[in-house]
Amino acid sequence: MLVKDVICILLMLVGFFFFTTATLGLLRLPDFFARLHATGKGDTLAVFISLIGLAVYQGFSLTSAKIVFIAVFMFLAQPTATHAISRAAFRCGVQPWTLMEGGKE
Amino acid sequence: MTQFFLILGVGMCVLVLLCLYRATYGPNVLNRAAGISAIGTKTLIILLLMGVIYDRIEMFIDISMVYALLNFIGTVVLAKYLETTGEASC
Repeated sequence: MLVKDVICILLMLVGFFFFTTATLGLLRLPDFFARLHATGKGDTLAVFISLIGLAVYQGFSLTSAKIVFIAVFMFLAQPTATHAISRAAFRCGVQPWTLMEGGKE
Repeated sequence: MTQFFLILGVGMCVLVLLCLYRATYGPNVLNRAAGISAIGTKTLIILLLMGVIYDRIEMFIDISMVYALLNFIGTVVLAKYLETTGEASC
């Protein structure tokens, strides 16, 4: 097993961990803004780490350059999409979740 | 190494199914849009894993690039549409 295989496996496993946490946050958090907070940051970091791992596995070629381009593009595009949809929700009057007294939502 | 990528792809498909719950039963259309965006992000990685497994990543990388662009543009356009029409009532 080569060194680049070990690096690729480590990076892909870390990316899969962040994907799992982002999905759990999307499922379990109580509010729309909280769900976006989980999936916006977690998915961005997970995609970046996973794509860098695949680029390391491919070696130095045109394919790895394209993969790095996709990683940089997702690192710019994902927060933009998250911000756009969050602004749409805020302007349409979705109220953020707060903990009322008595434990009621 | 192929076996590792296969197991990782199957795990990613399980995560896509979990996100599909939010995209199907989300309380309003904004939650559904967030779930669909998360599914598109995971599909990008699944496409690249398929390319590595089938040993044809030169073809799959272009499909993956187009998929990333379409996912971003679709989410932004949907957000703009919901913002202007005001249909995203909670």
